[in-house]
This record gives sequence, C-alpha cells and structure tokens, in this order.
Amino acid sequence: MKASIRAIVILASVLLLLPLVCGLTACTRDKGEVITLYVYNWGEYISDGSEDSVDSNALFEEWYYNTYGVRVKVNYSTYSSNESMYAKLSSGSVNYDVVVPSDYMIERMIEEDMLAELNFENIPHIGNIHEDFFGEDAKYDYYDPDNKYAVPYMYGMIGIIYNTTMVEADDPSLGSWQLMWDERHNGNILQFNNSRDAFGTAQYFLGLDVNSDSEADWRLALEKLKEQKPVLQGYVMDEIFNKMENGSAAIAAYYAGDFLAMYENNEDLEFFYPKEGTNLYVDAMCIPKASRNKEVAERYIDFMLTEAPAVANAEYTYYASPNKVVRENAEYREYMNTIKDGGYDLMYGTDTVKTSSYKNLSGEKLIMLNDLWEELKSDIEVGLPIYVICGGILAVLIGGGTFLGVRKRIRDNY
Amino acid sequence: MKNFLSRCYIGLIFFLLYIPIVVLIIFSFNESGSLAEFSGFSFTWYEELFHDQEAFSALRNSLILAIISSLIATILGTFGALGLHRMRNRYVKQAITTVTNIPMMNPDIVTGVSMMLLFVAVAAFLKTHELFGFATLLIAHITFNIPYVMLSVMPRFKQLDKSLSEAAQDLGCTPSRAFFMVELPEIVPGIISGLMMSFTLSLDDFVISHFVSSPNFQTLPLYVYNQTAHNVKFSMYALSALIVAVILVILLIVNFAGSAADRKNKKGGR
Repeated sequence: MKASIRAIVILASVLLLLPLVCGLTACTRDKGEVITLYVYNWGEYISDGSEDSVDSNALFEEWYYNTYGVRVKVNYSTYSSNESMYAKLSSGSVNYDVVVPSDYMIERMIEEDMLAELNFENIPHIGNIHEDFFGEDAKYDYYDPDNKYAVPYMYGMIGIIYNTTMVEADDPSLGSWQLMWDERHNGNILQFNNSRDAFGTAQYFLGLDVNSDSEADWRLALEKLKEQKPVLQGYVMDEIFNKMENGSAAIAAYYAGDFLAMYENNEDLEFFYPKEGTNLYVDAMCIPKASRNKEVAERYIDFMLTEAPAVANAEYTYYASPNKVVRENAEYREYMNTIKDGGYDLMYGTDTVKTSSYKNLSGEKLIMLNDLWEELKSDIEVGLPIYVICGGILAVLIGGGTFLGVRKRIRDNY
Repeated sequence: MKNFLSRCYIGLIFFLLYIPIVVLIIFSFNESGSLAEFSGFSFTWYEELFHDQEAFSALRNSLILAIISSLIATILGTFGALGLHRMRNRYVKQAITTVTNIPMMNPDIVTGVSMMLLFVAVAAFLKTHELFGFATLLIAHITFNIPYVMLSVMPRFKQLDKSLSEAAQDLGCTPSRAFFMVELPEIVPGIISGLMMSFTLSLDDFVISHFVSSPNFQTLPLYVYNQTAHNVKFSMYALSALIVAVILVILLIVNFAGSAADRKNKKGGR
C-alpha cells in the first residue's frame, strides 16, 4: 500500500513539475537571432492595425530587419495609469525597454534614477519634434529640462466640453471655468474624480499656481471645490464619455482629443479652452535603466518620430502630436477636419491659450492633497447612515440566527 | 399569495444579478460605438474582435493557463483531501484544514503581492531576468485553486461509507485498488466540480495575475483591463459577451453532469 501511494505522490509531483520545467527551459532557451523589445505604453495609444489603420509595431519590425538585417520582435503591452506602470517597473519583476510615462511621472523617475540617458546619435529624427517641446528654448520640456531622458510622444490640453442643446450660445459663462460653477446648470456638471485634476480646475479658475508650495493656496482651491459641489452631478472619470455622448450631463472638463472622439458620437457637443488658463500634459518615450536592448530601444523611439508611424499614431489616438512632420502632413490635417470642422485648429491653434503643467509633488504634498481630497469627498458620502444600515442588517442576521438556533435546540430537546 | 411573493423576490434577485450582463450583451451588438443609444443591430464589434490578434493570443494564454492549472490543482487538491480524510489526529486535521483555507480567505491583493515578492526574491537568487511569465502565473494559479478543490472534494470523502472499502479489501482488493475502484468513483462528482470551479476561477483571476505576470504572457483579464486606459473599446463588450456565453455553457454542463452522476449513484446503490 505504501509503495503505491508513494508512486501516486511521485506521479503527481512529476505532473506538477513538468510544465514548470518546460516553462523555465522555454524561458531560458536561446532565442537565436531574434531580439525581443519590450514596449510598455498606455492602452489604445498606438496605431495597431485595427480598422484598416497602420500597425506601427509591425512596421518597425519590418523596417529594422530591412535596415539592420536583425529580427526584432516587439512585445507590446499596455497599462492604464502612470501609477500602475511605475509600480510594475519598480517592483523589478519585469524589464521594459521603452515606456511612455506622463510628465510628472518622468520627473519622478528621473529623480529616482530609474531612466537611462538617451544616446541621440541613434535618434536622428529628433529634429522632427517641434521647438516648443524639445531643445534649448522649449517651453514644454519642464519634466526633463536638459533633454537627456525623454522624447515627446503625444500631448494634450484640458478644455471644457459642453452640450449646445443644454447650454445657450450666449451663455455669459462660456469661455471661462465659471461654466463649471454655474448654478443655472445645476445637476448637469461633471467634475474629475481624481484629486490632481479636480484641484487643478479650481486652481486655474482662481489663478493659483497648480504646483503651489503653500498649503493656503490648496485650501483656497478646496473652498472653491466645496462651493462647486452642490451644482455637480458627480465626480467621474471615463463615464464622462457616455454621459456627454448621451446628453445626461451638459458640462465636463476633459482633453481635446477625447472631445473629438465624443463628437463623433454626438455632434451637439462643443469645446473651448478656458481663458484663465488650463493644463497641458506631455507623454514622452523613455528607456528604463534596466533595459537590456538600449540601442534597439533608441531606434524604436527614432522610428516612431518618422512620418508614417507618427501620422498613423496621431490619427489613431486623436491626441495632439508634438511632431512637426505630422502637423505639416496635409492628409492628417484633412483627416482631423473631417472628424469635426476646425478639428485641426482646435488641436493645434492653441498659441493664445494660457497653459501650465503639473509637476511632481513631494511625498508630503501628496499626503496633504490626499487629505484635502478626502475632506472634500467625505461631505457627500454621508458615512453615518451607511454604518447604521449595516449595523441593522448585521443585528437582524445575528438575531435571526440565534432565534433559529435556540428554536432548534428547544425542539431537539423534546 | 406566499408563492407569488417568493417568485417575485426570486425574479427581483435574478433581475439585479443579470441586468448588467444583459446590458453588456445588448450593447455589444450596437452598431455605433456608443452606450447612449442603440442605433442598430450589427456584428461590427465582433468582426473587429476577430481581427484583434492580441486579444486572441491573450484568450489562448488564459485558456492554456486555466486548463493546466486547474488540472494540477485538482490532482493535488484531491490527494490533499484524501490525506486529510485519513488523518487520525483531530486537532492536526483541523489545523491543516484551516491553513489550507487561508489562501481562499486571504484578500487576493495580499496573495498577489506576497507571490510577487517571493518571485522577485527567487529571481534575484537565481540571477535571472526572465523568471516572470507562464511559470509564475501557473504556480500562483495552482496555489489559489487548491483550497477550492479541497473544499468541493472533502464533503464527498465524508459521505463515503467506510465499510465499502473494507468490504472490497476483505474480498481481496489491495488498498490502492480499493481506492481506485470503490472510493474514487464515489468522489468523482466532487472532483469534477472542483475542477470546473478552479478552471473558472483561474480564467477570471485578475488581481493575483496582475502581480505575477510579465509582458511575455498576458492573460485575458489583464489585457482587457489595460485596454481601458481611455475609453473601453467596444470590441471588449463583444469579448465579454462571448466569455459569458462560454461560462454559461460550461456551468450547464457541470450541473447536468453532477446531477446525472448523483442519479446514477442512487440507482446503483440501492
């Protein structure tokens, strides 16, 4: 008996170990001539060949083979927030070769020495980037002022989207953040459900610095947000798309590119950049220190700056491109204008718009912001009734349980 | 009257349970990419889905992982339950049952993070960069599947009539033969439901997989989640609708198989 059980145990453990061993050997097996390039980007942020678009990654693989005679396989995966990307990267569980974080996250990663300095000899097309975004006099390279670590990929600006059937064309609040505080649109306004962006709207409205060091400034913004709360329909993020498209809300702040995507589904929508100023963010391509194919990664970055993939990516995502070749491309211009009349100017005719950007906040300030945000939100979600209801349900359950138990015991005794 | 009320109650519960899924399925057939209005019936999103190679490789990965991990977890879990069942010392038995239940009670995120830390440490120890991937996912999935298998197999062991196995041995069976010929057929329904349970759990696990995966091997839930950075792609609705359909079919099969086996047992036994 012992022997047969032992045999079963051995069989089971072999079965268990077999795939592991196979898995491990598959991993360590020599991959021959093929180099795998790990690219980690936002979801839906590259032209991927769906709906007859260009597949930028496949294009790169082909181009690389034709130019250097080496096969490269792009392993493309996506993330949904800067923070999840950061967590994945810093856990050390995986190595990526190219990542595309937003400005403040790049700043933080540079501070924490997570990014590799780029060798611009491998990125000859860097000149395609508009002077505003890269170079000595760039206005928007605040996250990497020495231009050592990052190559801009896309950028975006926040504006206010409104529904023309619900907001009159002569509304005095149009053109200003005031629209998001307007009592006449009570219950039809959406605010960001994200502390930094929500505070940003109040700070821009009040003319405060969005990266202010003084807690008093943040308190002022908090007061403004508290004032706004009664007129809001709610704090939301991606629900904005549905709510604005089906007209269940009239006013929301979001990115210009996303507005165009919403406009495709609802032509009653309009958009403006508030005159008090607004947020501009940049997402840029970087190479983590842990990359083991830095040169290939640099060539990948360079390739994404060339016309075909850059135009395809901009057309696919609807976000604004910092690439001059894209902006000057006649076909791209026409494409943006077919989505909406004046769509191209909406994205790029923004020289007169006052902008500023979010910088990386120190740990202390993040905690403060978090506390203020909680203070704002805790007002609506009245905590007490929920506890009372939960307590009541629990009491009923316990009471019912004991009652049944006692009854059963009494019966059993008979 | 009482009957009517109880039917209404059941109806309400089912309505609340299934309305989100029904909405999702309906809108996966929507012609326009909007949840605002239903503009017409079409298979546009299904078409787009079937051209989405990444989604399909993620689906394939998920299936491979779910099948292998549920099979291994079922084998390990069944033998674990057998060992536990035969254990004499009540206190040790109780202690081990509690310990095996911990991965089930533990919040996924704790399991996920601790698994990740373990694998990072192992990778550092082995000085390898490519530990994460299929192997780590498989280990993690087997780990959280085993308690569920044991949970569904244990009751079957408890129901077993000890004298049957003893009778078989009296009539000349070796103990192992008695196990395979007498006891095993009795517990098969439990094993199958454990297998199915761990298969579905492994198929839809997100949290733990999120921590122990690598870009080499993305499962479907990870893929879907990472696609939602901006607005959810409508082909994801189509995909979710398909998954619901598949899960439904599997559950139906399991239920019919389970009840059929029970019926057979009853007939044969008496």
